[in-house]
Amino acid sequence: MTNDEIRDFIQNAIDENRVMLFMKGTPEQPACGFSLRTSQALNTLGVQYAALDILPDPRIREELSGLSNWPTIPQLFVDGKLVGGCDIVTEMFESGELAELLGVAQPRHEAESAPTGDAPQPAPLGIENRLA
Amino acid sequence: MPTAEELKQRIEAALPGSDADVEDLTGGGDHFRAEIVSDRFAGLSRIEQHRLVYDVFGAEIGGPIHALSLRTSTREGAA
Repeated sequence: MTNDEIRDFIQNAIDENRVMLFMKGTPEQPACGFSLRTSQALNTLGVQYAALDILPDPRIREELSGLSNWPTIPQLFVDGKLVGGCDIVTEMFESGELAELLGVAQPRHEAESAPTGDAPQPAPLGIENRLA
Repeated sequence: MPTAEELKQRIEAALPGSDADVEDLTGGGDHFRAEIVSDRFAGLSRIEQHRLVYDVFGAEIGGPIHALSLRTSTREGAA
């Protein structure tokens, strides 16, 4: 697969999935604490999202960061726009902005803040990782 | 290996008038957390605020600096 094809695949994933998370590992098996926290915020809000593991090929990360102008992983896109990484997503989760952006209700007990992942979790939308 | 103090100085030099509080999360010189207060952030989205800080370190982010966790605010917002 050429770098251009990887870039096109990433752009398609962003365009075709309203809530698109690029992460290390998968929502079921996150390979990094930052990716874990970010996917848990989405799980706690109960939104359906697509997730793509960037680890199988280092070029995925290079092309993604080139496209988004954002150096770190994870990266969350909503409606085709970069929302941020773990820090911003966590901050927005805690303030309720993320729920608002996604059009869902902020879970109760939000005062307890950090996403626990204990909430009922809809299965993340499988995205076939043709980059693997 | 970068130190928390070095990161603090570089951020404050790049964003004049800012206050950066940098912590080495593991003591290993590769996972940092920074809280930065700067009026330069006024009117910018969080993404833009964080990019200003990431730009200070360029390719070092993801390289020698494995992780740099950020919390940014303006002086007004921090008060």
